[in-house]
Amino acid sequence: MASPVEQFKIKPLIPLEVGGVDVSFTNSALMMVISAGLIIAFLTLSVRGRALVPGRWQSMAEVCYEYVAGMLRENVGPEGRRYFPFIFTLFMFVLFGNLLGMIPYSFTYTSHVIVTFGLAAVVFIGVTIIGFIHHGIGYLRLFMPHGAPAVAAVVLVPIELVSYLSRPFSLAVRLFTNMTVGHILLKVMAGFVVSLGSIFFLFGAVPLAFDAAVMVLELGIAVLQAYVFTVLSCIYLHDAIHMH
Amino acid sequence: MADESPDSSPLGRLGARLEAARARERNGGQDEREASGASRSALALGFRVVTEVVAAVGVGALIGYGLDHWLGSTPWLMVLFLFLGSASGVLNAYRAARHHEMRRARDGRKDG
Repeated sequence: MASPVEQFKIKPLIPLEVGGVDVSFTNSALMMVISAGLIIAFLTLSVRGRALVPGRWQSMAEVCYEYVAGMLRENVGPEGRRYFPFIFTLFMFVLFGNLLGMIPYSFTYTSHVIVTFGLAAVVFIGVTIIGFIHHGIGYLRLFMPHGAPAVAAVVLVPIELVSYLSRPFSLAVRLFTNMTVGHILLKVMAGFVVSLGSIFFLFGAVPLAFDAAVMVLELGIAVLQAYVFTVLSCIYLHDAIHMH
Repeated sequence: MADESPDSSPLGRLGARLEAARARERNGGQDEREASGASRSALALGFRVVTEVVAAVGVGALIGYGLDHWLGSTPWLMVLFLFLGSASGVLNAYRAARHHEMRRARDGRKDG
């Protein structure tokens, strides 16, 4: 039987090498292209009608827009509107990656820590640059809490620094672990269906029912984790714009 | 179907059904939605707190290891940064929980 982690294997589809670096077009990259294509198709085709009373597809697109816009308004405030395109793209890319991964035989690119870390690093570097643009060198005051005595800086500044640097890691690790664990669980349960079902076919029904329940849970987690990833990016953006 | 209802025109029946649905929503729907939302956000918060702690300790260890490797002071800076990482892990967890509390308090005010 196939190993439960085989589904995460990267397979090069078009081998490429640039300057000694392997930049092959892999199954992961293919899923990202498909996801980006689907997002663009979904958003452009669904609002093509520009109906005042939205149809099914248009209202789905509008729900996505309203959801992210509301998230930005709530967590960042009116200044956050400028960053809407980025946050919306981030949300849709993670959401589609998680959801497309739920389709059998597809590949979940968000189950690779380097992909989620890449996304988190973009957020982290972007937010740091935005912080310096808004506050100049004063942004460094973030590492020194208000009202603390100067002597305490010896301890507090490294702690705050580590806390700040741990942001992209916690963002990346959370998304990656949620997706990986869910998919392994599904695969292990599916393995039980086969091995128990080969003893007596009704025995296989128990893990199958469990697998179906986990599938529903995983669909929920796919949406929830896309939300969590985006909302935390919004919170970091808020911290960079309004230093506390 | 509902001939005994006061207004049996299609629009009237729709109105009656809407009214019934609204009444149901007012009575039961609110609690149900709140409960599922609360357990889901509790799960998300739990996961958030765990990863904040783990990430901070991991980053602390990584910085310490890197500095040790660079300065040749193995293993003292790693020990120091493990402690600093643990401290910032707790700080992160505290901030995550406080943010959640503040948000809940604000949402509660808005509703009630």
